[in-house]
Amino acid sequence: MAEAHPSRSEPPPASTIGAFGWLRRNLFSSPFNIALTVLALYLLYLAVPPLLRWALLDATWSGDSREACRANGGACWVFIRVNFEQFIYGFYPEAQRWRVNTALLLLILGAAPLFARAVPVKFKARLGLGLLVIYPLIAFVLFKGGLFGLRVVDTSRWGGLLLTLVIAGVGMTAALPLGVLLALGRRSRMPAIQTLCVTFIELWRGVPLITVLFMSSVMLPLFLPAGMNFDKLLRALIGVTLFQSAYMAEVVRGGLQAIPKGQFEAAAALGLGYWKTMALIVLPQALKLVIPGIVNTFIALFKDTSLVLIIGLFDLMNIVHNATTNPAWLGFSTEGYVFAATVYWLFCFGMSRYSQNLEKRLHTGHKR
Amino acid sequence: MNEPSPAPLSEQEMIRMEKVHKWYGAFHVLKDINLIVRKGERIVVCGPSGSGKSTAIRCINRLEEYQRGRIVVDGHELGNDVKQIEQIRREVGMVFQHFNLFPHLTVLENCVLAPIWVRKLPRRQAEDIAMQYLERVKIPEQAGKYPGQLSGGQQQRVAIARSLCMNPKIMLFDEPTSALDPEMIKEVLETMVTLAEDGMTMICVTHEMGFAKTVAHRVIFMDGGEIIEENTPEEFFTHPRSDRTQLFLSQILHN
Repeated sequence: MAEAHPSRSEPPPASTIGAFGWLRRNLFSSPFNIALTVLALYLLYLAVPPLLRWALLDATWSGDSREACRANGGACWVFIRVNFEQFIYGFYPEAQRWRVNTALLLLILGAAPLFARAVPVKFKARLGLGLLVIYPLIAFVLFKGGLFGLRVVDTSRWGGLLLTLVIAGVGMTAALPLGVLLALGRRSRMPAIQTLCVTFIELWRGVPLITVLFMSSVMLPLFLPAGMNFDKLLRALIGVTLFQSAYMAEVVRGGLQAIPKGQFEAAAALGLGYWKTMALIVLPQALKLVIPGIVNTFIALFKDTSLVLIIGLFDLMNIVHNATTNPAWLGFSTEGYVFAATVYWLFCFGMSRYSQNLEKRLHTGHKR
Repeated sequence: MNEPSPAPLSEQEMIRMEKVHKWYGAFHVLKDINLIVRKGERIVVCGPSGSGKSTAIRCINRLEEYQRGRIVVDGHELGNDVKQIEQIRREVGMVFQHFNLFPHLTVLENCVLAPIWVRKLPRRQAEDIAMQYLERVKIPEQAGKYPGQLSGGQQQRVAIARSLCMNPKIMLFDEPTSALDPEMIKEVLETMVTLAEDGMTMICVTHEMGFAKTVAHRVIFMDGGEIIEENTPEEFFTHPRSDRTQLFLSQILHN
């Protein structure tokens, strides 16, 4: 096709572009907007300087007891520094912490190629699958020990950020595939499978996670034969996974419903069966559509891990809370909770940014 | 458009529809459809919208179920066995009104997907075949693009190439040009004509009467779920037998 020559394009008026144009358009476009801008600036003036003074300028960073914090009025970050290792590892024996570090290092090394653009997709898929299957085993052996001469560290001693990441990691990697299967089952034409999936989803979605955790730790042992003892962490993991998979199923179902009938028909007309149609045509599109929903569920799951404190597991939240009740450090709960909140926020924000990046990269149509 | 060479028709039956009836709930959409299509034959099905013409051809690859009658495709009778239906679908290509390309895959990936996963061809070989057909529909240079980056006409030609990659014995076209802008209809019809010249067995639901005149061996006119008239193109356009056909022709030829 021959292209028509466009008439000469001119640059837009100077007052509408650049920083100046942006300010004019967004902050000072009307008297009401000007008033709002001034009000917002005033509120920032009220809030930000005291916060900065507390968190940074008047804060105490050095020392190793609460005495060091007496002189300054600001935050006592010494409290965090002194307890830092405990916040990360919980009651994991100090001499064995290299095992946790090794597992983390392995994860970083193994997962790094997944985030690099230069690595071919096929390799990424294999690596990802390998990580999904093999890594949990390696990590479990490293954490728990008992093999290859590693000392056994009981799960009750796992804690802090380590425990939070274990619960969140297991929950996410197990809830997504389980949720996908439940979503497919709910749309199945086979009545038995459909009823089963609907019942499962509605049952788990209808109860609070706290109830699930209580049930798993208090009620489940009542039904088990005497002397039979499930690991407390394992019970929490199963509870969190099943609970979140019900939510995940509904998120994925939303995506499945958005796929036009024509896609199923085109796949069928080419002779593709149910599972190939789902795996190659429908799920890649459906999951891409619901990335925001999936990440939303992941973020909720990550924060919900803090609920395990009610069954006596010492995740990041509980261990920080525990440290604030230490008689040697009474009165520093603000610092502790600010620290915990910051850590949670960093992880959740990271997931959120990564998902936005992923959405952009997977976009295959015309950019609007 | 060139007149396709009048190849002698073989006697081999590719499709036989016998007394096919279909209901949507209580609504009787297909009434006693009988049709025999021989190898290399090209049939154009036309009729007003809602006449059941799309539904009829979608029964042939079992995208639609039917409640009574029998359909035999290439010697295999359609049943309820999923494996057997998939087997038949491999031999029957279909082109849809809205293309139905897979938007998350490139043009080339769209074309090689079924040959690799259904026909179990090695990727290299599947890609060679795909490039061959993309060249035939005159868009090999778009192989790396995504469907969303192509025009409607280009997308429909990719859809035709995708079907051909499965090396089907029969091609079904379900209003392939109805969703296209006028200037893109021609490129798609030209592709279909070259396919006809190669002796492909084709059933085409379309309103393109020019295509019917030049390419079809037989024209079938449907209305109200029935086959009203079955005729050669010459007779169909010059001496239609039924009043309903005349009315339909006068309506579409005036526009």
